[in-house]
Amino acid sequence: MQMRLIEDGAAIAAPVLRLTELCKNFGERQILKNIKLEVIGGSAVALIGANGAGKSTLLRSLVRLVEPTSGKIELLGKDVTALAERDLVRLRSRVGVVFQKHNLVSRLSALTNVLHGVQSRSNGPQSWLQCLASRSDRDEAMRCLAAVGMQNVALQRVDSLSGGQSQRVAIARMLMQRPEMVLADEPDASLDPQSGEEIMNLLYKLTKEKKLTLIVSSHRLEHTQHFSDRIIGLADGRITLDQPSATSSSKNLRSFFIDRAA
Amino acid sequence: MTRAATPAVRRFESPGIFAFMVWALVIAFIAWSFAETGPSLERLMRGANRLIAPDGMLARMFPPEISRLPQVLRSLLETFQMATAGTMLGIVLSFPLAILAAEGLSPNRILRGLSRGLIAVFRTVPDLVWAIIFIITVGLGPAAGVLAIMVDTMGFAGRFFAEAMEETDKGPREALSAIGATRPGLIFSAVVPQALPAFTATTLFCLEKAVRGSVVLGLVGAGGIGIELKTAFDLFDYDQALTVIIAIFILVIAVEQLSGWIRREII
Ligand SMILES: Nc1ncnc2c1ncn2[C@@H]1O[C@H](COP(=O)(O)OP(=O)(O)OP(=O)(O)O)[C@@H](O)[C@H]1O
Ligand SMILES: [Mg+2]
Repeated sequence: MQMRLIEDGAAIAAPVLRLTELCKNFGERQILKNIKLEVIGGSAVALIGANGAGKSTLLRSLVRLVEPTSGKIELLGKDVTALAERDLVRLRSRVGVVFQKHNLVSRLSALTNVLHGVQSRSNGPQSWLQCLASRSDRDEAMRCLAAVGMQNVALQRVDSLSGGQSQRVAIARMLMQRPEMVLADEPDASLDPQSGEEIMNLLYKLTKEKKLTLIVSSHRLEHTQHFSDRIIGLADGRITLDQPSATSSSKNLRSFFIDRAA
Repeated sequence: MTRAATPAVRRFESPGIFAFMVWALVIAFIAWSFAETGPSLERLMRGANRLIAPDGMLARMFPPEISRLPQVLRSLLETFQMATAGTMLGIVLSFPLAILAAEGLSPNRILRGLSRGLIAVFRTVPDLVWAIIFIITVGLGPAAGVLAIMVDTMGFAGRFFAEAMEETDKGPREALSAIGATRPGLIFSAVVPQALPAFTATTLFCLEKAVRGSVVLGLVGAGGIGIELKTAFDLFDYDQALTVIIAIFILVIAVEQLSGWIRREII
């Protein structure tokens, strides 16, 4: 399966992510059990699994928003688990994260929120409010907004935007960060079907354009198949499915979309 | 299972012996308090008589005497300026104090504990006591009043600012720390903008409180219109006193109206 990806582009064959025996316990409960995974640079990986399978925990632990219990995470050439606080901050700035909730500051304009994406780069008031930002940062933020089709609402407050528009602004903020890879945790989950599909398409298209690695979780079968190269299935804290999206059959995947509660 | 009869629910939970003793003590203390300090009916009647008798206090208040109006207005302005200056100083200083006291924003536990303690001391010691302390240290006059209002404001606003910042939506904060934002970055990009309406409301409330409070501060000599009121009462010039009271009334109402308007417009 890695062979297939290497055919896609020879220059991006090195893994940007390698997980070895990654475990995460919450108290007594084992949420991630010996996860082993390699992701090739530039690929788009979809992460699927029923509610509570551990998708969010896995994504978050990659940048230590959740501290792994044991195991090794190598991300963008760094041993994440061994990083000191300061180096962790530096690594985080290289990884774009999109959440299920847009997590924008609702009282501020879309443009200001996008400028927040340079927080780690320009350390100081320049990234707090758009009126304080440098000309070049403002221009770049406008380009990021344009890339997600939101340049027309740049000066509107986020709380006046729809859910889909807000999620686009959140993606623009992520682009502003000039990330080297992108993690997205159910970016389509709180949106209506059409906006959700647009967001997934946008993320896939943008990351492909910029040759960024994308790891995205989703609860929608069709999104998973259309907007990824490879599908990883999590069940009960283990990877139980790993296949190219192109040859995946909906029938095999379906069990990963059945909620445990059901 | 057999159908068990639903148990009858008692109308009253019979109190335990301890709860009963506590209640009895509370009631006894309330009764005792009235007996020791409450006005007797006879005294109330005499008081009412003194107030409304033909040569009583009310009669001597009307019509208000306005010969000293310019002086009264000057003191009124001084009162308002004291309140404004003291509130602004207090607000500016409570901001860093609140950051140090806020859970999740404070750099460490010791600083957090210290600033919480300081805020608590500022809040629990009454402003009149602060005024007396500052009169002793910086002397009689409005400067003492300004400092007293400042400390009082810090006690109040410091706590409310910290709470407002703690209650902001954690999402934006997490999103920014996920991309490597620093503490000041988080505070000024994600926390302060969200807490701004609460800050404004608290500031306006502090100003209203300071205007009312600064009248009393004048009574002990910390500047402002309070001293006019005290002099008038001491000399039994009740008609002068009424002018001062009306002036205070107008100022307080005006400030309340103004802050209500600002609140509606801005928030
Ligand atoms: N901070 C936490 N403390 C304790 N348990 C947690 C914590 N976070 C997650 N869990 C538990 O870990 C399990 C996996 O959660 P996770 O959020 O990773 O699942 P998920 O696959 O993302 O599910 P969903 O599809 O609902 O988003 C769940 O059972 C959850 O209750
Ligand atoms: Mg999740």
